[in-house]
Parts: sequence; structure tokens; C-alpha cells
Amino acid sequence: MKVSNANWAEKLAGKMPEHLAREIDIFETELTLRKQGKVDERVIAETRLRRGVYGQRYDNGQRHNGKAVQSVAYPSGSLTKGPNTMWDAPGMQRIKIPAGGLDAGQLETLADLAEEYSDGIAHVTTRQDFQLHYVHIEDTPSLMRRLAAAQITTREACGNSVRNVTACPYAGVCPDQAFDVTPYSKAMSKFLLGHPDCQNFGRKFKPSFSGCSQHACGLASMHDLGLIGVTRIEDGKEKRGFETYVGGGLGAVPYQAKLFDAFVPPEEILPLAQSIARVFAARGEKKNRSRARIKFLIQDLGIEKFRELVLEERKTLPHDPRWTEFVAEAETFEETPLRPAGKAPLLGTEAFQRWVKTNTRAQRQEGYVVVTITLPLGDITANQLRSLADIARRFTNETIRATVEQNIVLRWISQADLTEMHKALDAVGLADPGAGTIVDVVTCPGTDTCKLGISSSRGLSAELRKRLGEKSFQLDESVQGLHIKVSGCFNSCGQHHVADMGFYGVSRKMSGYAVPHFQVVLGGEWEQNGQSYGLPVIAVPSKNIPEVVSRLTGRYAASRRQGESFKDFIKRTGKVELKRMLEDLARPPADPSDRTYFSDWGDPREYGLLDMGVGECAGEVISPVEFDLMAAERELFEAQVAWEGGQVEQAGVTAYQSMLRAAKALVKIETQSVSDDPGQIVREFRARFYDTQKFFDPFAGGKFAQYLFTAQEKSSEPATQDSARYLIDEAQLFIDAAHSCYNRIATPVSA
Amino acid sequence: MGNPVMQQQTELQHVNVKLILQNHADADLEPLIPVFHQWIQDQPPGELLLDIADYQHVPAGPGVVLIGHEGDYSVDNTDNRLGVRYNRKAPLDGSNEDRLKQAARAALTACRRLEEEPRLGGKLRFGGQEIEIFINDRLLAPNSDATREAADSEFRAFARKLFRGTDYSVTYESDPRKLFKVFLKSAQPFSVAALLESLG
Repeated sequence: MKVSNANWAEKLAGKMPEHLAREIDIFETELTLRKQGKVDERVIAETRLRRGVYGQRYDNGQRHNGKAVQSVAYPSGSLTKGPNTMWDAPGMQRIKIPAGGLDAGQLETLADLAEEYSDGIAHVTTRQDFQLHYVHIEDTPSLMRRLAAAQITTREACGNSVRNVTACPYAGVCPDQAFDVTPYSKAMSKFLLGHPDCQNFGRKFKPSFSGCSQHACGLASMHDLGLIGVTRIEDGKEKRGFETYVGGGLGAVPYQAKLFDAFVPPEEILPLAQSIARVFAARGEKKNRSRARIKFLIQDLGIEKFRELVLEERKTLPHDPRWTEFVAEAETFEETPLRPAGKAPLLGTEAFQRWVKTNTRAQRQEGYVVVTITLPLGDITANQLRSLADIARRFTNETIRATVEQNIVLRWISQADLTEMHKALDAVGLADPGAGTIVDVVTCPGTDTCKLGISSSRGLSAELRKRLGEKSFQLDESVQGLHIKVSGCFNSCGQHHVADMGFYGVSRKMSGYAVPHFQVVLGGEWEQNGQSYGLPVIAVPSKNIPEVVSRLTGRYAASRRQGESFKDFIKRTGKVELKRMLEDLARPPADPSDRTYFSDWGDPREYGLLDMGVGECAGEVISPVEFDLMAAERELFEAQVAWEGGQVEQAGVTAYQSMLRAAKALVKIETQSVSDDPGQIVREFRARFYDTQKFFDPFAGGKFAQYLFTAQEKSSEPATQDSARYLIDEAQLFIDAAHSCYNRIATPVSA
Repeated sequence: MGNPVMQQQTELQHVNVKLILQNHADADLEPLIPVFHQWIQDQPPGELLLDIADYQHVPAGPGVVLIGHEGDYSVDNTDNRLGVRYNRKAPLDGSNEDRLKQAARAALTACRRLEEEPRLGGKLRFGGQEIEIFINDRLLAPNSDATREAADSEFRAFARKLFRGTDYSVTYESDPRKLFKVFLKSAQPFSVAALLESLG
């Protein structure tokens, strides 16, 4: 789209690393070939994804405008950039930032690109990436060249590849770390980027580094490969190593990573990662995308067998000098401050004091702190990025990191500079307090821009932020430190599983209309590297979620025992009581003419693909299917309660029964001749809803039906604590999908 | 038509025009969202409107943006100066003057629609005097003295026409990192309709 696209290659010649320049030239040629019809649309889709060029909502050429589905007549007509993905549709560009580390010049580059190719906003993601939205595909080569000139690549930011290697943003300055994991994470990032052994995965692969086990910063437990820095004494000397975990992941069904090795020496981390990549590429699922992450491979094989395969693979690897050449430098790597250490000011305005309380964190180096820049919903303007670059140059040696909480931190701030720094940040709207508190809501893009979004996660997060921000410092101290995380769908990009209060988007019917809802997930744990996951309690209309937060925090503040964490409070309260507390919020509005519930936060369009008049909202007629789905929900709830009470076997059986009940509810739409025999239910469901694709989600396809089929196959196996937990999560998703399927069938879609 | 020598030196593509609004301190942009949704439903001739991006939560940010294929419309609060902005994204043929006119006309037409929109209650209103014009392409128009020298006469000619020969001032954005931007200010206020009329 930009007139200047033809000129950036020449302008930046010699400024880009040669290999990046060459790769971008190739990508640009591939785009040209696609326009000429010489490259298949599926090939160009994966090609662009591996360059971080993602699709966005409405790129299939259709948009529901609240009344009807509108065709979007893009100028390039039928030309596509992937299956069902129109060429001219705006897309998202993801930009990899290894370990979240940036310098001031890179912030300025991101600012320029946000202005010229996007909408003036750069967005920090939950994996320390940056994203630009509404980018035209033909602008992406120029955008990539300008990034390359700033030593940034977008390669393998998406697609079935090794994604951004994340690391604790406090590495090197954290008082609790074993050692600074930054150089090790960067070495792994560089080593795996474009590595031939990482080009044939069935799905993505996400590594992460953490400097300690007690904090959340690296989130090792929810990564495909999580490495936690540890030390031990060998021959009287302290030796560095990594406690190494594999097979964690959030997604629709969260898996805790398994310990692979308690101590991997630095010189072994790269060959180990390479060996894991080889085993994943060779044995990981390729056809069924819903089972293609490495967590499923490890679950199927068992960690012992997986370890054995990896270690066998390790023996066969030809030596690569890159495995060890970074190690000596990593041992001595250390950032330096720009300014001398100082003492924190004792006085300051109330705003300053609040900011110091929540947005500064003592470093292990005396006299210095890390300052967190709170970014609302992870967003920062181009002008703010430039101002932040100035501030970083003024107070630091450009020691900047993006965080997985969608903020930015500046490290090595002399405490003596805090007053001046606060003033500088405040002048450009970057001195909001509340970092890491309940106000600092984490959210994925949701229905704003994501094709998979079901509910408006950003709309809800903005509303929660607004409401909680108004009274944040009046909230009980115990409530202030809670974490809220929101995902627009079950895929967990907002990391809702590891929040005290997590929410993920689902749809439900009320009074004959689809209504945006969020499933309430309670009691996850952010600390300890995200070590335990919350459980879904109840689905509540989007518009009632602020009241859910209000009730839960109020109850916690009022009835919390001495030192009791929110997770423990949730456990003590129990699902039955929690559901009772919230169930009135799940009911339809008392006044049927109240349309509030039928649109989402920040989006006045009537939710869903509906075109029914208000007069037809004779809504109190509940079909037998809806009753049956409600019964399935109830059974699932009972399964959750059983699991919580340690009745693992009972939990597994009941969760499976809830899936059967939901499947049978759908089957009964077409035939009443179905018994309670699981075999018959699954056969009928498969024939009527799976083979016909009626059950298929537009984006997830038949993934959730597979959960039922697998549950049936394994129904005679004894349940373990893990397997029952996974089955409960899968049953929830299956029932959510059954609701969606019924909504589609029951509601005529306008064209 | 623009001066051909000048076009060679500085091709003014991707022109942005922002009309600074009056009384913006208490402006609530929330009611703008259904209005922009209506614009998408209506799809004006000759352009494709696609989506809405809401950045009200970001201080001094882009505000609420109506994303289009050829260009974006927004009520933008960059630099804490609230204004109706048009951001031309697709290249345009013609002279620099043609492109300046196109962007100005688009911004003014949008502003008029917003001024007349009953759901906004007359709260978004052009201040009558201040207009920012910027070129959203640093390679075509780096924010440098050279660009200023090359384009100054074109901006002055444009301002003379727009403000119908009344006094005006022309100043430039001084931070070289920022987009090349011109601040036009007329000595007397104009209505949106009058400025549209000036463009012919």
C-alpha cells in the first residue's frame, strides 16, 4: 500500500544483517508469485505465518454488522493470502523480542512502524512480543526491513515453529534469582531460529527461561520447554544449570509441564533443545491439530519414554560448536547502570508514593530499582514509545524489557532518580500506578481483532480496569494484589488459567438470543511459575462479569483467614458455594426488553449472527435441548466438585457422562430414538453432527468432538488425578461447543 | 496542478489531515462507536470501511479509529489535541495539490457528519482555525529542513486557498523523529462548510 515500499530495500542496504535482508527479499518474491497465482494459498499462508504475518478478524470477506452479514468487497477481488483469507484484508504483524529485551533505538523503530503501517498503537503480548494490527500484507516486507535494520526479526513469530524465547524480565537484577538467565535465553533463541530441525513441527513450540522457581516471571510450568536457573556445588565450586521442564501449555486444556531433568548444565541446553525438537518433529501429531502440541506427545508416551527418546536422539547429534561457544560469555554477562546508585526520596506526592509502591521493585544491586511502565491492555502509542526511548537513555543504559504481563520495565534506575523519572513518565501518560495489581488486567485481543474471539476480552478488561482503577487504593490490601486475566476464547492467550480470577469467552442463549458470556475460572496461581491452574465455575453474561469480580473480592476481603491466599480461599469455599454465590448473575435479565446483555463490552452491535426481531423474543420458551445442555453443565459441575474432593474416579466418570448427555441433547434434535447407551450416543453423534460437520466450529473445526471420541475410547481406563482434570476441561469445552452448535442450528443466520 | 519539479523532490502521498476540535477537555468518545458502526453499515461510495479500533484507554492516543481500506477516520487525541483525522493509506494519482485536497475534503466531510450526528449531541465541533497536515511516510517525507524547503510553498498555496486569502500561519513539527507535520492556523474561524466550499 505504501508508495515507498519499492525503495526501502535500497535505502537500508548495508544496514540490515545480510541473512535477514536475503530472507525478506525471498518473502517479498513469494508474495509477488502468489499475486501471479504461482504459489498455492496454503503455502503462502504458512510462509507468511512463519514471518509473523497473521490474519485478523473479517479477513474472510464477511462481517456481521449487528443486523446482517455484510460482504466486504476488497479491491483485489478473489485473491487470497491463505484459505478463506482475502489478500487486502488488514492483518496483524507479530514481532519477536527475545527475552523481551529492547534498546531505545528499537523502541523508536517500533514507534515509526506503528504510525506508518498500523493505527498508531504498538501492543505488547503475553509472550513479550509486540504486535501491530491492521497492516496490509504488501507493506510487510518494508516493515520487516526496517525492523531488520534495528536488529529485530519477525521470523517464526507465528506458524508451526519455535516461537519467541521468553525470559524473566527481572533476570540479572532479581534478588531471588539463581543467576541471570538472559544470555542463555538469547543463545537458545539465536540457535533455534531457522534451525533445520525445527522446520517440521505439527504445531508451535514455546520455550521460556526463569531465574527462580518461586515467582511467576518465566512461567516455566506452562511452556513446551521451561528452564529454571539453579546452582549446585560440584568439587567445591558453584556450578550453573537448569531445572528443565517439558510439555506444559495452556490452550483449551492446560497441562502442567513435567520435570525432564533437575540439572542440565549450560553447555547441554542447546543440544537438549535440538534433541527435543527432533523427537517432536519425528513423533508429534501432524494431522490432528488439536493433538499436535508436544504436551500431547508427552502425555501419550509418558515422560520416562519421552526422556529416553530424547536422550537417544542426543547421542546421535553431530557436534555443533554453537552449543558451547556462548557459555563463557554468559557466565560473565552483566548489565551496567548509567547513573550512580542512590537512596529513594522519602517525600513525594500521593500519586508518586502510590506509583513507587506498585511500580518499583528493588534490585539485587543496592540503590537501584526496576520501574514498571503500566500499559493499559498492553497498548502504547508511537509518541509514548519515543518518549520512553528518551527516558531510557536519560536514566539507564537502555536496559528495557517487555513483560508477559503486557507491560514494559526499565531496569537499573537509581533510586535517587525516582522523582525525576516519575515526572518524566507522568508527562507522557506512562506513570499509571497499579502494576501487577488487580487493576493491571491482562487480556488477549479477543473479538477486537482475533478471528477466534468469542467475547470481547479487551472490552471487558477496559471496563474492569476503569471500575477497579477508580477505587483501587481503597480496596482491601489482600484484594489489591490479585491477578485478573481475560481470554476472548478457550485458547488461553490471555492466560486465564493462571490468574486468581480468569475469564474466557463463551456464548450462550438467553431468551432465544445468543449472548456473550465469560466462563469464570477461579483459583489459578500466577506465582511459582504459574504452577497450578484454576477451574471453571460458571458461565456468566459478559455484562455481569464486573459484578462477579465485585462479589468475589468482597467475600474474599471479608472472610479471608489470616494469610490465606485467594487460591486457598477458593479451595476452602468450594465450587458449590461459589456457584451459589454467582448463579443469579447467570440468569437472563428480568426485564425482557433490556437489551444490555445482547451486545458485548465496547461493541454496540447485537452479538452473534442473529437477525431476529425483538418481537420474536418470546423467550421464556426453553427447548428440551437447552434443558439437556443445562443438565450436562450440572453433571460437569458435579465432576468438578468430586475432583476437588479427591474422588478422582468419580470425577472422571461424571465428566464423561456430562459429555454424553450434551451429545445426546444434540442427537435428539434429529431423532428421539436414542438410548442411554454410550456407544449408540457416540455413533449417532458422529454420524449426524461430526461427519456432517454440523458440530464444527468455524475455526476449531471438529476439535471438541474429538474430545468425546477420545473419552469414549479411554472410558474403561482408570482415571488419574491428571487425566480426570484434563477430562473435566475437555468436557467443559465440548459442552460449550454443544451450546454453540445448538445456537447455530436454532437461529437462522441472515445473509 | 502542482509544480512538477516539486513533485520530484517531495511526493506528498499518504496525506493526513486533522481538524482540531473545540472544547475537547470533557469529550466523551464512547458515543462515537455506534456512529462509526453505522458508517460501516452504510458504506459510503468509493471507499471500503472495515472495522473500529477503540483506544480510549490510552492517554493522548489515537482515540477511536474507523479502519478503512483506502483510509482511516478517527477522532484522535495525539499530543492531547483532539481532532477529526483522516489518514490516507492507499496511494493516489495526481498532483500534490490533488492529494492535499482529497485528504482535506475527506476529513472535513467526516467532521461535518459528526457535527450533524444527533447521537453526539453537537459535542464534537471543529474549532474553526487549526488544521494539522502530515505525511505518513518517512521515506517520502522525512521530517527535515530539506522536506520543509521543498514543500513549504505548496502548503502555503494550499492554506491560501483553504482560508480564502485571510491571514494564516504555517509552522512545522520540530522533532525530527516525528512525522513531517505542518500546523496551519487561520487568523479567523471558518465553518466546515466554508472550508469545503474553499476546496471547490
